[in-house]
Parts: sequence; C-alpha cells; structure tokens
Amino acid sequence: MTALAISTAPSRWWHSRAVIRFISHRLALLGLAMITLLTLACVLGPYLLPYDSLHIDLRARFAPPMTGNHYLGTDPLGRDLAARLLMAGRISLLVGFSAMLLSIVIGTLVGVVAGYRGGWISAVLMRTVDGFLSFPSIFLVLALAAALRPSPVMITVIIAITKWMEVARIVEAEVRSLREREFVQAGRMLGLSGAHIMFREILPNAMGPIIVAASLTVARAILLEAYISFLGYGIQPPLPSWGNMLNGAQKYLASAPWLAIIPGAAITIAVTSFNFIGDGLRDALDVRDDHI
Amino acid sequence: MRGFLLNRLSQSLVLLVIVSIIGFIILSLIPGGPLSQYARDPSMTQQDMERLAEQLGLNRPLWIQYFDWVWRLVQGDWGRSFRDGTSVLAVIGRHIFATLLLMGTSTVIAIAIGTWIGIRGATHRYSMFDYLATIGAMVALSIPTFWFGLVGIYVFSLQLGWVPAGNMYTIGDGSVLDYLHHLILPSVVLSLVHVAVWSRYMRTATLDAISQDFVKTARAKGLTERRILLKHVVGNALLPMITLAGVQLPSILTGALVTETVFTWPGMGRLFLDSLGYSDYPVVMGLLIFSAILVILGNLIADIVVAIVDPRIRLA
Repeated sequence: MTALAISTAPSRWWHSRAVIRFISHRLALLGLAMITLLTLACVLGPYLLPYDSLHIDLRARFAPPMTGNHYLGTDPLGRDLAARLLMAGRISLLVGFSAMLLSIVIGTLVGVVAGYRGGWISAVLMRTVDGFLSFPSIFLVLALAAALRPSPVMITVIIAITKWMEVARIVEAEVRSLREREFVQAGRMLGLSGAHIMFREILPNAMGPIIVAASLTVARAILLEAYISFLGYGIQPPLPSWGNMLNGAQKYLASAPWLAIIPGAAITIAVTSFNFIGDGLRDALDVRDDHI
Repeated sequence: MRGFLLNRLSQSLVLLVIVSIIGFIILSLIPGGPLSQYARDPSMTQQDMERLAEQLGLNRPLWIQYFDWVWRLVQGDWGRSFRDGTSVLAVIGRHIFATLLLMGTSTVIAIAIGTWIGIRGATHRYSMFDYLATIGAMVALSIPTFWFGLVGIYVFSLQLGWVPAGNMYTIGDGSVLDYLHHLILPSVVLSLVHVAVWSRYMRTATLDAISQDFVKTARAKGLTERRILLKHVVGNALLPMITLAGVQLPSILTGALVTETVFTWPGMGRLFLDSLGYSDYPVVMGLLIFSAILVILGNLIADIVVAIVDPRIRLA
C-alpha cells in the first residue's frame, strides 16, 4: 500500500491553474468552440438536412449555393453538397482522431521505454525515429496506400504509422528528464518493477507534453488524410471525405468553384481549431516545445 | 570534420537501405504486381504474361530481385521504365529541373518573407504585428497546400487573369519571362507553409540572440539599435536557420508533390504519382531513392555550412 501512496504523490497536470490558463487563452477557446460546432454539425446535421448525401438528382447538377434547399449547392451528380460535406466531416474527423489515438499509444510506448531504459535500446529506437522524420515519407505513404486496399481503417493505420514518431521523440525527451528525479529513485528503492515505474510513476508526470502532442497530431492527421485522399489514394468514393471531395473539384473550378472552396475551408477550419487548442494547452500546461 | 562526415554518411547509408527495403516490400504488396496494367489488356494471354515476367525478372524470389536491383543501382543502372523503356535516371533527369526550380524559388520566397516577419515580431514583441503574425502562422500551417493552390488559381488566373493556371511554360514561347510568369503562383502557394515555419523559428532565434551578453556589450558601446540588430542579432539568429533549411526539405518536397499536381507542373512529384498510377515500379523505386539522397545531401550541406560559418562548432 505504501507504493500506492507514493504513486499519487507527484503533482497532477489537471491543476486548476492549468484550466484557468486554458480558459484565458482566447484562441484556444475559439478553437474549442469551432471544433465543437463542427463536430455537432457533422454528427447531427445529416439528420436535419432535407437531402441525403447519396441522393443523386441529375436535374439539379451544379446548383450554386443557396439554390432552393441546397444550402451549399450541388455536385456534378446533383448530390447536396451540405449533406456530403457533413458526412465527409464524420469520416475525416473520425480518421484524424483515431489516427491520433493510435499514434499517441505507439509513440508513448516507444518514447517511455526508450527514455527510461536508455542505452542501446534508446539509441536504436531514436535513431530510427530521427531517420524516418528526416525522410520525405509521403512517397512511402502513397505507395503503401496504393498497395493496401484503402479502407478508412487502413488509412487510419497508415497515418498513425507516420505520425507516432513525432510523439515518441517528445515523450522520450520528457521521460529522460524525469528518469533521475527523486520519486523515480524512491520507486526503484522500493523494488517496483520497471513497467510499474515507467507507466504508473513516470507516465502520469509526462502527460503535459503528450496532451499537447495529441492536439497537434489530430491537426496533422486530418491534413495528411486530406492530402492522401486528394491525390486519390485515401478514402475511396462513394464514401466522402473532405480530401476526396476536392479530388475531382479542379475540373469544375471555372464553372462550379464552390465544389473546391467549401470542403477545403472545412479542412482549414478543423485543422486551425486543433492547432489553436494545442497552442492553448501548451501555455496552460507549461510545456516547452521546440516544435511549432 | 572528416570523421563527422563519415559518421553522417554511414548513418544515411543505413537509412537508405532500410527505406529501399521497405519500399520494395510495399510495392510487392500491390495487388496484381507490376504487371497489373498488362493484365487488364484482354489480348494478353497467360503465356504472354509469364514471358513478360521472365523477361523482367519478376518470377524470382523477392530478395534476389532486391539484391539484383541494389547491385545495378550501385553501378549506375537504375532500371528501365515499364511504360516506355527509357532508363529511370533519364526519366528523373527530365523532371528534376522543374522540381528544383519550384522548390528553390519558393524557398527563397519563404526565407525572405519569413525572416523579415520573424525579426520584426521579435523586435516588436507583443505588438499588434507580432500577434497577427503568430495567428497568421498558425492558420497558414493549417491550410492544405493543394486547396490554397486551387483558390489561388480561381482568384488569380480564372477571375483576374493575371497568371496562367498551370504548366511550366507556354508551348512555342519558353522565354525566361514566360517561365517566371508560370512560376509565380505555384511557388507562392508552396512557400506559404514555410513562411509560417521560418517566421516562427526566426522570431525565437532573434529573441534568443537579443538576450545574449554580446548585445548588452554592443549597447554599452553605444551602437545604434539598428546597427546592433543588423550586425549582432540577425547574424547570430540566422545560424540555426541554416540547419532549419535542411530540416525543412522533406516538407518542401511533400508540398511540391501536391503543388505540381494542382498546377500540372512537370516535376518529380507528378512523375511519382503518374508512375504509381501505372505501376511503373522501377521509376517509383528510383524516385524513392533519389528523393532520399536529395534530402540527405541537403541536410549534410546545411551541417557543413553551419560548421564553416560558426566558429564555435569544431567538428572532430
């Protein structure tokens, strides 16, 4: 039981001071409000709109925004753009969020082990991470997406594979700085197992950078999904995503510019929101970060 | 210096080998394999397919194919395109100028504007300019490059008609001015993200330099603020930026890929996507290796330049 008492001793990241600082960060609040609205719209919107996202109406092709009940206009098949945009948002946000969760789990595992164990394990792991971060991975990602059947789950996994390394690097640095602290030494002297020290003692104290990284990783994951889908190797039609809605839009740029402008604006709003939130969290949790 | 170079080169070599193995394995996973294009042709018989596989050496075990490919690669034979039989190096050579032109121009734009914003943000800290620059950088980092390109084409070529909507030159013209005219929009589009990155790093580096003791000494000597800024602060703040230029290379290459797609720019990014679409594996693998070498060389050059410029760094 003594071990338990000690493990709760380190200060917690959800101190009220952090909450207050986050709330006083206006951009972060704006981001939180925008992303909440966007998520609500994507979840509830499709039930409220008059048209189904798959309903094809060839008599209403290329209707500009605000034509009748087509608030955002229609696409080349006469499908309602608003309905498609919100359905696409479900996919894009879900893929972005799941890819973030997966990369946080992998990155944290690798980062904690590398940071705590040190030695050659750390050297091999972190050199690999550095190597791949300095490599234009988009080429490998596209080849991988072309090779595997790009279901939403596959896309999520592919994005996570490329994004966990940034997380690992951040966590490793944080854990390395915590390794020699008194509470860790106390845990060692109490004879706690390495796994217990790593995940029950050190990890809770490294949550600040991980939470910030999580927010920024959602932003990057949504962007990467948009890139892959725009290039035609991501989410496949008829399933809509913000990226693949832009895929065919360039052809109609002169006649139907809203097809390109609206989904891209949605991506920008979502990604900006998560970046704002990440910035607010960084200030609130007092995380020093050399990344943007 | 030599030891440092050897160390870095050997690390890069290991990375190249890993990347090429991964690339090889990934491409072998593509359903239908390299011959999937031919398989769609109804006039191709089973015998034809087998003969083709035999000819191209695709019926051998994967690891033998890999070693064979590496062995030829080292000797300068990067294979031949499945599409038209030209050598991979020649195909890459035809596209490299366009990509380097685009990346180079946008890097110059990004450095010029980003450095200026960063310095001004640091000297006028917490001013309206600094605040707007901070928000602007975060928004710029959130805009998908391809969408920015589409919006740019819509506004500046379709509506205003100031610049062409794509391609690198007008057929039949091809003068320097014509190239520049085509270059403006894609390079500005590609530079947006990097202006944001540069301005943020430059702001931090300038703030770091301002707080150094030699700046206090310079002030104590009675130098003007302008002179202090230009001679003592900016020079020192620019040092870490050389490394940043190397670090940013993969990101610029990624941006170039989509920018080239949007602007039908005849560079390596579009070549990669076309080749991937055609299952033209020799070209895909060639570009994978070539881009990796490009990035490794870029980083190496950046490190060497820093070592030469910065007297504090003595590479053992």
